[in-house]
Amino acid sequence: MLVNELKKSFLISLWFMFLTFPIMVIRVNTVENIIQWRWANLFFVGIGSFVLSALWRYLIRRKEQGIKKTEVDGVARVTLSQRLLRERRFTIPALIVIAIVALAFPFVFSLYQTNIMITALIYVLLGLGLNIVVGVAGLLDLGYAAFYLVGAYSYALLNYHFGFGFWTVLGLGAGMAALFGIILGFPVLRLRGDYLAIVTLGFGEIIRLIMENWNEFSFGPSGIANIPRPGFFGVEMNFEQVTVYVYFLMIALSLFTIFVVNRLQNSRIGRAWIALREDEVACQAMGIDKRKTKLMAFALGATWAGFAGVVFAAKTTFINPASFTLWESINILCVVVLGGMGSIVGVIVGAFILILLPEYLRFLSEYRILAFGTVLVLMMVFRPGGIVETVRRTYQYEEADH
Amino acid sequence: MKNRLGQFLIVAVVGVFMVAAGTAMAADTIKLGVAGPHSGDLASYGIPTIKAAELVVKDINAKGGVLGKQVELLVEDDVCKPEVATNTATKMVSEGAHVVLGHICSGATKAAMGIYKDSNIPAMSPSATNPALTQSGDYPNFFRTIASDDAQARLEVDFALDVLKLKKIAILHDKGDYGKGLAEFAKSFLEADSRAEVVLYEGITPGAVDYSAIVQKIKRSKAEAVIFGGYHPEASKIVSQMRKKRMKTIFISDDGVMDDTFIKVAQKYAEGVYATGPMDVSQNSMAIAANEAHKKAYGADPGAFYLNAYSAAIALLNAIEQAGSTDYAAVTNALRTKDVETPLGKIRFDERGDAIGVGFSMYQVQKGVYVELK
Amino acid sequence: MEYFFELFLGGLTRGSIYALIALGYTMVYGIVQLINFAHGEIYMIGAFTALIVISVLTMMGWNQIAILLIAAGVAVIYSSAYGYTMEKIAYKPLRQAPRLSALISAIGMSLFLQNYVLLAQTSDFLPFPGLIPDFEFMEPYAHIIGSPELVIIITTTIVMISLTFLIKFTKIGKAMRATAQDRDMAMLVGVDVNRVISMTFIIGSATAAIGGVLIASHIGQINFYIGFIAGIKAFVAAVLGGIGSIPGAVLGSLILGWTESFFTGYISSDYEDVFAFIFLVVILIFRPAGILGRSTAEKV
Repeated sequence: MLVNELKKSFLISLWFMFLTFPIMVIRVNTVENIIQWRWANLFFVGIGSFVLSALWRYLIRRKEQGIKKTEVDGVARVTLSQRLLRERRFTIPALIVIAIVALAFPFVFSLYQTNIMITALIYVLLGLGLNIVVGVAGLLDLGYAAFYLVGAYSYALLNYHFGFGFWTVLGLGAGMAALFGIILGFPVLRLRGDYLAIVTLGFGEIIRLIMENWNEFSFGPSGIANIPRPGFFGVEMNFEQVTVYVYFLMIALSLFTIFVVNRLQNSRIGRAWIALREDEVACQAMGIDKRKTKLMAFALGATWAGFAGVVFAAKTTFINPASFTLWESINILCVVVLGGMGSIVGVIVGAFILILLPEYLRFLSEYRILAFGTVLVLMMVFRPGGIVETVRRTYQYEEADH
Repeated sequence: MKNRLGQFLIVAVVGVFMVAAGTAMAADTIKLGVAGPHSGDLASYGIPTIKAAELVVKDINAKGGVLGKQVELLVEDDVCKPEVATNTATKMVSEGAHVVLGHICSGATKAAMGIYKDSNIPAMSPSATNPALTQSGDYPNFFRTIASDDAQARLEVDFALDVLKLKKIAILHDKGDYGKGLAEFAKSFLEADSRAEVVLYEGITPGAVDYSAIVQKIKRSKAEAVIFGGYHPEASKIVSQMRKKRMKTIFISDDGVMDDTFIKVAQKYAEGVYATGPMDVSQNSMAIAANEAHKKAYGADPGAFYLNAYSAAIALLNAIEQAGSTDYAAVTNALRTKDVETPLGKIRFDERGDAIGVGFSMYQVQKGVYVELK
Repeated sequence: MEYFFELFLGGLTRGSIYALIALGYTMVYGIVQLINFAHGEIYMIGAFTALIVISVLTMMGWNQIAILLIAAGVAVIYSSAYGYTMEKIAYKPLRQAPRLSALISAIGMSLFLQNYVLLAQTSDFLPFPGLIPDFEFMEPYAHIIGSPELVIIITTTIVMISLTFLIKFTKIGKAMRATAQDRDMAMLVGVDVNRVISMTFIIGSATAAIGGVLIASHIGQINFYIGFIAGIKAFVAAVLGGIGSIPGAVLGSLILGWTESFFTGYISSDYEDVFAFIFLVVILIFRPAGILGRSTAEKV
């Protein structure tokens, strides 16, 4: 048994040594015509893949056993996270602790920590918004950054031309984003699956490219600088105070979002979305207006991106189209999928992990994105449902005691 | 069960707070922040700056440091993205950077400057060439050791009109911050001058696999020369395709193209291409020493903006030494009033933050190397 | 008229380039319904492997034709090996998982491979030698079309025909079609589904490698990021033509190439990509499954 395992690992490490040989061992520089041979790397790859392959097979086997076990038992596996979420005696103290930490955070931690926390909260908003479209209604959207852009540019441009303040635009920006959500929604009503994905991708790119090219309107690729930070009844604040202020603003906005999204999911329209995701035809047969339901999903999803965009513009004080590329959309999608599609807690956890992880991985510096890619793959392989899997709402009846 | 859970949570929270409080301690050093893209697709523009800073700091620390204190580097990545740059800048502020060398890209610099301004930290970029950074007056704490884009565009246009005496010029750009900004300047300078007309003004898509359509369009416009704003990967593709189609159109570009990789990629087609670039300092003894130091330490020739970064690091640390403290007003004043010897020559900064004594020259590819045209 | 013809040929070249990458995309999609985001990275790895082989052999003083053939061969082998391994690690464990999970896994793989090459090699652009010589008989037409362009167009045609043949007439092709239609059913009638999927990845990656070598030598430079940009365009082309269909991928690529070329030539290259995407949206509104894609009726 052990010999067999060792043999397998050995073969795999040989395979990886072969696979990585040209790229890891030989480094070419065709500018200066230098070839460097780094044989030590081959050795590291060999050792590394030997160990990792054994670990990999062990984990895969465990995962498969888990699946088999559920099949035999006939009951859906309830994971630890789900159980914790259900237990009231756990959730209430947990919520209190979270509330205390959230309130004390900017006063305990450094400015930098507060700042990245604001970024993470912006992604909570974005993630929850996209979750409506992708997680709940099942419409794969690869152009979500476009709505984020609409929000950010609404604030920047309205402020630049007409001197509108942050609070005025917060609503307007969200409205604009919702409008764009509907504009996108109309042509894609008939599309599904990956065709929908590519059209939304195209839509996102169109909006960004227009911003990049139309200098007269958007100041082109050099962007808009000196966007004012949010004000508070005309009180002058220094950078530190503004950061703390924006932090609490984001906390409030996040709470509002969580509240609204939670209500939405349990509402009539929320159930219509879930029905639409599960089976479009059956859903129509039940008398649900497919057109209206889909448009609502796009519009409501986009609204949050609008909010997030306005805050983003106010926080960074500088925006340009390069911040809203396809990678941005993919990043937000990763928040949703990694956290657990359809689950509000999951999306929040996903946003924190995805935004804070690269920041805390700064010590890895150049290996950061490599590590990020690896984490994405591993997460999906070992927890395809995301960190917090959604529990389907089911009605249980308790059998009477005999 | 319930109690134990509560205890555990309290211990955990207290623990987290204590760790956070511990990090606030600081040692007594001069902190030089280095910010720029250190990962991602623009990393090659940011990494040479770290190396320059490391070498300068090693040198200065060996000589006893600045104001008797050792200099410490705070290296932070901004991936050239404005949204990341604000985090990077806040991190610099939190960690107590006294001066910052960076950022590299103009967009990221603009986003970060506001934060440095509010925290009274002077910053000096070796590479951000966007004119608004110094000309708008919004960033009094900003300095740079590179000339701005409009100076470059001016030089290109003057060269095309006065030296080459061209009548019909096509202007292309790569739709980017840098390339488009430069092209806009070139266009406005040409339009203000009656000697030549702009027959084509267009943005190309960076990274495209093929530029034959735009090359045909240049041909049809009968332009005698192309002024291109952008970087060498696109420039070499366009030049090669023009020459392969047997077009003799003159190609004038910027310091994004004045790179050896351009000549290596375009090979024989690079011959005769004009590009503006920083004034030749290969005779400057400090520049020679700086390049030698890099070769000795890293075994390769230095990369983009290395000398600019080297000079900026020297200028910043020298200003602290001259000012006698890390006080914001004293340091910026020293930067503006005291000359400093750098690999780029003897420099000082004007009111707006541009370096006096740093400029551009026109270069041409002759027999496979860039030669400065005097 | 000559201008029109030149733009036509330019678009044809561009389309052929897209097609070489789109073919692999569409094959993988056809079999496993997965948007293989990392396909562009396989293409990039093919180009890099070829560059490494070329540099080493050039130093050893081999002759150019031999180098070209060996480099292309090694690139094909390595790209296939990467495609195969990638499928085993990132996609196979996810066969039963939601499709979005597989997409995220593919995105993770794409990021990983990009940065793997970035760290192991360099972030700079590296010159890639032009391997295809200028043919003498092409000299009179040089102002219209060059030899490398001609080679790319011909190669795309050959690859498309052989893939169509492979899928229509060979045993593995039949197994592929069976797997595409109904994986469980195919398994029941004795098709080794795992092997078929592996083969699909190997073949798709091999075409990407051929594309990588030819395109890199045409453009003259590579870096770790080329796969992503080209990959997105190829993906758009594949969807435009009807994803899963081999002729569709080529047709979609050519249409995209021509659209971009003519739009640039007659209107403006500023909005070239905007127009390409609007065109895509319009096509999909009228033909929601792409030009050659079959829209399957929903089974209830």
